[in-house]
Amino acid sequence: MALRKVRNNIDRIFDKSLTDLIRGIRNNKDNEAKYIAACIDEIKHELRQDSTVVKTNAIEKLSYLQMMGYDISWASFNIIEVMASTKYTEKRIGYLTASQCFHDETDVLMLTTNMMRKDLSSTNMYDAGVALGGLACFDLSSTNMYDAGVALGGLACFVTTDLARDLANDVVTLLSSSRPYIRKRAVLLLYKIFLKYPESLRPTFPRLKEKLEDPDPGVQSAAVNVICELARKNPKNYLSLAPVFFKLMTTSSNNWMLIKIIKLFGALVPLEPRLGKKLLEPLTNLINSTSAMSLLYECINTVIAVLISVSAGTPGDHTASIQLCVQKLGVLIEDSDQNLKYLGLLAMGKILQTHPKAVQAHKDIVLACLDDKDESIRIRALDLLYGMVSKKNIMEIVRKLMSHVDGAEGSNYRDELLSRIIQICSHNNYQYITNFEWYVSVLVELTKVEGTKHGAMIAEQVQDVTVRVQSIRHFAVSQMALLIENAHLLLAGSAQHRSNVSEVLLAAAWICGEYSEHVQNVQSVLESMLKAKVSMMPGHIQSTFVQNIAKLYAVQLSQSEQEDDWDAVESLDNLMLSKLPQFEQTDNLEGQERACTLLEMVREIEKLHAQREKIAADVTALFEGELNPVAAKAQRKVPLPPGLDLDTWINEPPAESSSSESEEEPERKNGPTVRSEFAGFGAPRPFGEEAETKKKYEQPSPDEMKKMRAQRQADIESNPYYVKGDAKATAKRPTKLASRKDSDEKAVEATPLDLQSPLEIPGVVGLNKYMEQQESTLSWKKAKKEKRKKKGKKGRVSSSDDEDLPVVHQVNRADGEMPEGAKSTDDEEEGTKKKNGTGDPYKALDMDLDQPLREDERLPVAQHRVASLDLGHPAGLKSKADKKTKKSKTPKAPKAPKEEKPKKSKKSAKEVVDEPPPPPPPAPTAEPQDDMDFWLSASSAPAPPAAAEEKVSKKKSRSPEKEKKPKKSEKHHGKESKRKQRHSSTRSGEELVENAPHHLAVHDKNEYEVASGVCTPSKQTNGAVEGSATPKKEVSTPTNLPPMTSYHLLAENAFVRMTYETRVSTADANQVASAVIFANVGANEIRQIEFNVLDSLNTKMLRDPAAPQGALKVPFNLPQGVSNEHVFRFAVEAINVPQKLRGTLTFLVETENGSVPEKIDFHLKFPCVSFTVPATIGSDAFSELISSGELEASSSLQFATTDSLNDVVRNLCFHGHFT
Amino acid sequence: MIKSILVFNNHGKPRLLKFYVHYPEEQQQHIVRETFQLVSKRDDNVCNFLEGGSLIGGSDFKLIYRHYATLYFVFCVDSSESELGILDLIQVFVETLDRCFENVCELDLIFHVDKVHNILSELVMGGMVLETNMNEILTRIQEQEKLEKQEAGISAAPARAVSAMKSMNIPQQIKDIKLPDLPSLSNFKNPF
Repeated sequence: MALRKVRNNIDRIFDKSLTDLIRGIRNNKDNEAKYIAACIDEIKHELRQDSTVVKTNAIEKLSYLQMMGYDISWASFNIIEVMASTKYTEKRIGYLTASQCFHDETDVLMLTTNMMRKDLSSTNMYDAGVALGGLACFDLSSTNMYDAGVALGGLACFVTTDLARDLANDVVTLLSSSRPYIRKRAVLLLYKIFLKYPESLRPTFPRLKEKLEDPDPGVQSAAVNVICELARKNPKNYLSLAPVFFKLMTTSSNNWMLIKIIKLFGALVPLEPRLGKKLLEPLTNLINSTSAMSLLYECINTVIAVLISVSAGTPGDHTASIQLCVQKLGVLIEDSDQNLKYLGLLAMGKILQTHPKAVQAHKDIVLACLDDKDESIRIRALDLLYGMVSKKNIMEIVRKLMSHVDGAEGSNYRDELLSRIIQICSHNNYQYITNFEWYVSVLVELTKVEGTKHGAMIAEQVQDVTVRVQSIRHFAVSQMALLIENAHLLLAGSAQHRSNVSEVLLAAAWICGEYSEHVQNVQSVLESMLKAKVSMMPGHIQSTFVQNIAKLYAVQLSQSEQEDDWDAVESLDNLMLSKLPQFEQTDNLEGQERACTLLEMVREIEKLHAQREKIAADVTALFEGELNPVAAKAQRKVPLPPGLDLDTWINEPPAESSSSESEEEPERKNGPTVRSEFAGFGAPRPFGEEAETKKKYEQPSPDEMKKMRAQRQADIESNPYYVKGDAKATAKRPTKLASRKDSDEKAVEATPLDLQSPLEIPGVVGLNKYMEQQESTLSWKKAKKEKRKKKGKKGRVSSSDDEDLPVVHQVNRADGEMPEGAKSTDDEEEGTKKKNGTGDPYKALDMDLDQPLREDERLPVAQHRVASLDLGHPAGLKSKADKKTKKSKTPKAPKAPKEEKPKKSKKSAKEVVDEPPPPPPPAPTAEPQDDMDFWLSASSAPAPPAAAEEKVSKKKSRSPEKEKKPKKSEKHHGKESKRKQRHSSTRSGEELVENAPHHLAVHDKNEYEVASGVCTPSKQTNGAVEGSATPKKEVSTPTNLPPMTSYHLLAENAFVRMTYETRVSTADANQVASAVIFANVGANEIRQIEFNVLDSLNTKMLRDPAAPQGALKVPFNLPQGVSNEHVFRFAVEAINVPQKLRGTLTFLVETENGSVPEKIDFHLKFPCVSFTVPATIGSDAFSELISSGELEASSSLQFATTDSLNDVVRNLCFHGHFT
Repeated sequence: MIKSILVFNNHGKPRLLKFYVHYPEEQQQHIVRETFQLVSKRDDNVCNFLEGGSLIGGSDFKLIYRHYATLYFVFCVDSSESELGILDLIQVFVETLDRCFENVCELDLIFHVDKVHNILSELVMGGMVLETNMNEILTRIQEQEKLEKQEAGISAAPARAVSAMKSMNIPQQIKDIKLPDLPSLSNFKNPF
C-alpha cells in the first residue's frame, strides 16, 4: 500500500502538468494540432488511472484545452469524479472544468445531485464547529465553506431544471447560513434556479425578500441584484416592493446597490406614474449630490423614464427636471472622457422621444459628435440626428453624412449611415425636404456606395419619390435613364456591390418604363435595356426589365408610326426579336413568362407591320394610366359594395367534385406562388393576341370592370411593393400620353466616356455636381437650363411650369389612396403585435408574488420522496380532491393563473397527506394595489410596510411560547385574508376595495380575537387532557369564518342541546376524553343533570371510584340560555376499531309548576380518526413504518358537501388531525 | 447580467474565456474571433463600449472592454448592468490580479489560468456581480491559498520541486516583460 503511494507520487512527478502542457503548446506552434492530439491521448490514459491526483491533473489540462476550443464533453464523467474529491483543491478544479463545459444537455449531471447536496450542506458542519467553539475546527470548517462556495458557483453555471428542482430546498437552507460568503452566493444562485424551475419562485420569494434586509451589505446587494433581474422581465409583479426599495434607496450608500435599485425603478416607473412622481425628488437630490458618474448617469436615466411615463399620463410641469437632465447630459457629452460622451448621447436619445425641443438646445454638440473619431459615438449621434434636422439644415447635414460615407471603413457603419440618411430624409413623408431634385441626386450618389443591404432601400425611395412628386419625374427619369445606359459600368463592381446596384436598376427600369413620356431618348434607353448583361442580374430584376422594355417599345413604336418611318419600325421590331430571347433564359419564372409573352406579341405586331398596319395606339393603350401611391392597408379597407353577398353562389353549385375545386381556387390565388414583390406583375393582363386584347378593352361593362378592379386590388394587396410595378387596369386609364419626338443619338454622344472610377457615371448628376451647379449658378432655373445644354438636349419641357419653381415641389404626402369609405386607422397594428414567444424563459417567471402561498407550493424536500406511493388512501384522496379542485375552480376563477399546474407527484409523504391544497382563486390584486396606493399617496417619506406583514409579526410576538403556532397561524391567516378578499370583491363596492387595507386589518384582527375567545372554555376545562393536539386545534379553530370546530351534535330536544368533541391524550394511549357542551335552549333552568352511557366491551366510561356503576353527575346547573362543558373520560381497549356508545342524559327542568324530569338519548361515536395524534418522527423511522405495512387505516367522514373544496380538505385535515 | 467574459491578447489569442450562457466550443472560438475583430481595430482613446457583435447578444447586449498593455478584457453584458459599473468591475478584476500575481503580466494569465478563474469566481457568479470590494476578495483568495497549501502538504513537495526545476527553463527576459504599471489604473477616472 505504502509502496503504491510512493509510486503514485513518483508517477506524478513525471506526469505532464498544466504548465508543461502550456509550454509544450507554445513550443510546438507549427504542429499544434498534432501535439494537442497527443496530449489528449495522454490525458485519456491518465483518466483511466485510480489516483485522483492524476485525474485532477488531467482534468485541469482539459479545462485549458477547452479554452483553446477543444470539445471535452467526453470526459464529463471524469470531471464529476474529480468534483467528488474530498480535497478542496481538487474539487475546485472539477467544478471549474464543469462550469466551463457542462450545460443543459450534459446527461451525467443527473449523477451530481447528491454530491452537490453534500457540498452545499458542508457549511452546516462549519456552523457546528463554531458552536463547539473549537478554534481547531476553523480550517476544516472553512474548507467546507469554500466547498459550498465553489459548489454554488459551479451550480450557477450549469444548473439544469432537474438540479434546480432537487437542490432548491438546499439552497434556500443556505440562505440562513451564518456566513455572508455563503449567503450571498445562495441568493444569487436563486435567480438561476428560478430561471430553470419557475415553480420555486413563489415559495422562495418571501425568503429572498427577507434578504433585502440582511445585515451584510453584500448579501443585501445580491438580493437587490436578483430582484432587479427578475423585475426587469416582469416588472409588474414587483411593484409592491417599491416601498422597500425606496427605503433602501434613501438609506443605502452602497453605489453598486443604488445603481441596481435605480435601474429597477426605471423598470417599474412605466407601470405606475405616481411612483415616478414620488421618485423625482430623491433622484434629483442624488443627481445634484453624487460624485459618482455611474450613479449620476443611472439617476438621469431613471428620471428620463419617469418623465416619459409622466408625460404619457397627466400633463404636468416637469420642465425643471428635464432641464436638469439635459443640462447634466450636456456636461457628460462635452466631457473629454469618451465613455461619458457615449453614454450622454445614449441617454439624450431617450429624452428626444418625448421632449425633442429640450434636446435641440444641444444641437451643436451633437453635430460635433458626428465628426468624432469614435464610431460608437458617431452612431449614437446619428440616432439623435433626426431630432435635429430641419428644413433649413437638412442639406448641410446630409452633405456631412455623405462625406462620412466616403470615409467610413467597415460596411456596418456605412450601412448604418446610409439607412440614417434615408431615414431622416424620408422622415414623416419627406417633411424636411424642399428640393426633391437634390434628394434624387443624393440617392443616385448613394448607389455608388458599396454596401450590402441598402440597394433595395434606395430603389424604394427613388420610386416612391418619383411617384409622389410629379414635378420631379422628368429629372428622375433623366437620371435613371443614364443609370440604365451605364448599367454595365455599375454592374462591373464586386458581386456584393452588383446585387446592391441591381436593385437600383430595378427602380431605374421601372421609372423609365412607367414615365416613358419623360424619357428623352427612348431608343437608346430601350437599346441599353435590351443589351443589358442579363446574366449579371437577378431574375426578378430581369422580369422588371422585360415589362418596362414593353412599355418603352410601345412609346417608341407610336413615335415611329406617327412619322411613318417604316424603316425605324422594322428595325425596332428586329431589335426586339433579336434581343428578347435572352430574357427567356432567365431562371426567374415570372421573367420567363413575361419575356415569352412579349416576344409573341412582338411577333404578331411584326406580322401586322409587314402589312403596314399601324397598331401603336393599341400597344400604348396597354400601359396607359396614372399610378398613385396606395396606402399599405388600403386593400383590407375596401368596403363591400352594397348588395354584394359574398356567401351566395354566383352559379348554382355543380357536382360535388368541382365544387371542392372551386373552393381551392381562391386559396391558390392568394398563395405566394410568385416572388411576392412581383406578384403584382402577374395580375391577369390581357397580353397575347393583339386583336383579342383590343376586343377585351372594348367589351367590359361597368360591372365587369368593377369586378376586375376588385380582383386587381386583391393582387395588389398581396404585394407590399405595389407602387413599384403595377399598371392600373388599362380600361380605366385616362389617355394623356403626349407623343414625343424622337431625340437622336446625340445624347449618347454627348455623354463621353471619360471615367476615372468605374462608378463615376457621366451625366449622372451626383450630389457633388449637383451642389456645385447650384452654387455656381445664380438661380435654380438657370442651373437646370445649363445642365440641359451641357447634355446637348433641346429644351423640350413638357411640364416646365412645374420645374421652373425653384424649390417647391408638389408632393403627394398623403399616406396613399384608400378605398372610398375606409378610414385610415392603426388599430390593426396593435392586433398583430406578437406576444412573447413561449420559448422565453422569463415568461415563466411571470407570476403574482403577492398572492398568498398555496400549500402545494413548496420546495421539494429530498428525504421523504420514497414514501409517496405507499400511502394508498391519501393518494386516492388527493386525486379526488384534484378533480374537485378543477371543478370548483373553473366557475369561480376563469382567469386562473397559469402557474397552477397539475401538482408534481414528487412530494414528501407528509405533504401528500395534506396535499390536496386549497388552490386559491386568484386573489384580486386589490390589496397590494391599495398598499401601494397608500404608500404612494402618503407624503411622508419612509412608508409603513405592508399591513399584512405587520399583523404577522404581531402575532408572532403574541404567541412565542407555542412553537408551531406562528407558522401555522400565518398560513391560515393567509387563507383567511384570501377569503376575506374574495368576500369584499364579491361585494365589489368600489369603496370597499379602496378601504381594503384598513378594513381588512381591523376586521381580521377582530376575527382572530373573537375566534380565540370561542375556544377558551375548552382550554380552561380540559386541564386534564394535555398534548400537542389541543393547542393545535385551538389555533386551527379560528381559521374558519364559521369557526371550524370538531364539536358534533350529540342530541337535542326542546330543553337541552348537547355537542361533543373527542380528545385524545398523548400520555395515555388508551384513554379518550369527550368534552360535552350542554346548552340550555329551553326557557327554564335545568338541574341535576346526569350523564350515563352503556359501557361496551371495548370502551368504558371512567366513573367515580365510589360509584363504579350508574350515571355520572354533571357538577353544574344550567340557568336559562347558558351553556357549559364537562369532560368525560373513557378507557378504550382497541383504538383501531370505531366505537359507538349508547347513552342517556337525565335532568330536571324547573318549571313554574315544579321540577319535571326529562331525559334524552344519544349515541356517542369515536371514529378511529379521532385517535390520530400528530407526532414528529425521523425519516428513517417513517420509511420503516411505511414499508413494514403496519400503517394501515381507513376512515370515512361525512361533511356537508356544499362547502368549497377548500373547506372539505380543511375539514378532512382537521378532523383527521393531519397537518 | 453578464453573458460572457473574454480575455485575449493583442493577437486575439484567448487567455481566459468564461461564458455564463452555454455555447459549443466551436462557437466560443468564433465569438472570440469576432469580438477581437471588433475591439482590436479601435483606438485606445475611444470609448469602451461597443454594440454587441452579431454572434453574441444582439441589440440588447453591449461589449464593454478595457485594454491593458497586451491584453483585452471584454465583458459582454445586457442592459441591466450599468456600463460604468462594469468598467469599474473590470478595473477591480485587473487590480485584484495585479495584487495576486504581483505585477501581473500576460504570462501569469497564460500559466495560471486556473488561478485567474478562481479569482474571477470571487467577483462574478453565474453572470451576476458577486463582490466588488477588493479587500474582501483578496482575503478570500488568501484563505483559499492557505487551504491549498495545507492540502498539498508534504506529499506534493517532490512535485513542487520538479515543477520548480521545470520553471527554471523559462527565459528570464520573458518573465521580465511586465505590464507597464497598468497605465490607466492611476489616471482612470473613478466612477465611484
